Amino acid sequence: MADKISVAAEIEEPERRKVFRKVFRKLGAATVITVFGKAILDSRPAPAASVLRPPGALPEAEFNAACIRCGLCVEACPYDILHLASWSDPAPTGTPYFVARTDPCRMCTDIPCARACPTGALSPLLTDIKKADMGVAVLVGHETCLNYKGLTCSICVRVCPIIGEAISLKPVKNEVGLLQIPTVDSSKCTGCGTCEKHCVLSEAAIRVLPRELGLGVEGAQSVGRW
Amino acid sequence: MRRTLAFFYRNRWLFSRRVMQLLIIAAFAMELPEGGYFAQGNLSSSTWFGIGLTDPYIWLQSLLAGAPLGKSALIGMLIVAGLYALFGGRIYCSWVCPINLLTDLSYWIRQKLHIKSNFTLSKNLRVAILLLSLLLSLLSGKLAWEMVNPITQFQRELMWGSMTGAMVLASIFLFDIFVTRRGWCSHLCPVGAFYSELGRYGRLRVKATQSGACNGCAECIKVCPEPHVLAPVVARKADLVTHGDCTRCGACLDQCSTGALAMSLNLKRAGSFKGIPVVSQD
Repeated sequence: MADKISVAAEIEEPERRKVFRKVFRKLGAATVITVFGKAILDSRPAPAASVLRPPGALPEAEFNAACIRCGLCVEACPYDILHLASWSDPAPTGTPYFVARTDPCRMCTDIPCARACPTGALSPLLTDIKKADMGVAVLVGHETCLNYKGLTCSICVRVCPIIGEAISLKPVKNEVGLLQIPTVDSSKCTGCGTCEKHCVLSEAAIRVLPRELGLGVEGAQSVGRW
Repeated sequence: MRRTLAFFYRNRWLFSRRVMQLLIIAAFAMELPEGGYFAQGNLSSSTWFGIGLTDPYIWLQSLLAGAPLGKSALIGMLIVAGLYALFGGRIYCSWVCPINLLTDLSYWIRQKLHIKSNFTLSKNLRVAILLLSLLLSLLSGKLAWEMVNPITQFQRELMWGSMTGAMVLASIFLFDIFVTRRGWCSHLCPVGAFYSELGRYGRLRVKATQSGACNGCAECIKVCPEPHVLAPVVARKADLVTHGDCTRCGACLDQCSTGALAMSLNLKRAGSFKGIPVVSQD
């Protein structure tokens, strides 16, 4: 009986209530801030890469966690093609990327950028640059590409560092005549971007895209008619 | 000439600090005459003559975000963390961090303009921001603080010449002038909070000399960016500044006209241990 009374008295104690109120108020604030903060972070570019990463980059979600934005890869690149993203760029702040049309990857055989990476965000396991997967070339301009118009520009095929394997000409016969169509072998293409860089059109007809964007991903969205 | 020398001598800690900060910026920006670099990368991770260094706070965010551990980043992190733990974490804030140049300038302007208005912020706010950034890194799988971190932002802007991050720097600058006294470095920045915890038992410390020279003018407290760390010493309740928040900037030493304060490296356990100051017995 006496016990019950003392417990009740403790609960009545205003000091204790004040402490609880304070704690819960703080917990509430922390929850709200966390939820908002996470929403803000998630509103940044989606996990699928929208930019081209240096060779050896981990899959985009892992890359964003592992890359500590130090820029050692940028400084290691002998051709200065890499940039660290600033706020206005389409990649998370501070992460490295390159733009194929202005400056493609030259595919150095010793891969200095990946060697420079301290965290392994650019994997040290990549030893053969021809196995790199920066993206994949996709011929998007079926109406503008000169080869589709019956000419044999074929510049993209001729500049490819993995010549004859990653892009080759495939003869296709249609109402215009016999066309030589530049065709990408996605298993050989490293996504270095040399073809996009050299496309003679003022906007490239062949583009290098991150693999998920260039080839699509099976099962990423429910499909079918209904 | 003598007056200039005297001026430099009176502000020797300040000038040493400025020289150090500018040298670090220059080391990242300049090339060696024969083509190599002093330092490559930036303050999140860098290579100095082939030795890799990594910021432990950014490393921790990356770890929480779920990244695999790179060997050289781990070693570099241990070197940096070890040094700051040994000497005192917030040495980073006043001797290395480039943002300190900006916020010290803000503070100087604030003094010149006699701005008294001060929006009071809790010193614990930065600890909350620190915990939040770690929690968000864990939840989102991204480096939460690196989305905004003005330190690496500053270095990127400087080296690669993009200007969007200048907005952040400008807001910190104005915030420190007009809103809160030493608002950024002493109240908001989670990097400082992290290094404060890391270097809590750092052995490089400001101490009161035993000569009884202090005349109680409290000028040291006025210039201290973290006045609460000096208060026990000035009140003669402690011999040493033991609080992790002390940035070892030496402003108190420059200001003290009596020689009552000194900075010393004390590797022995005596004097203070586990952050508990020993009250002098005289």
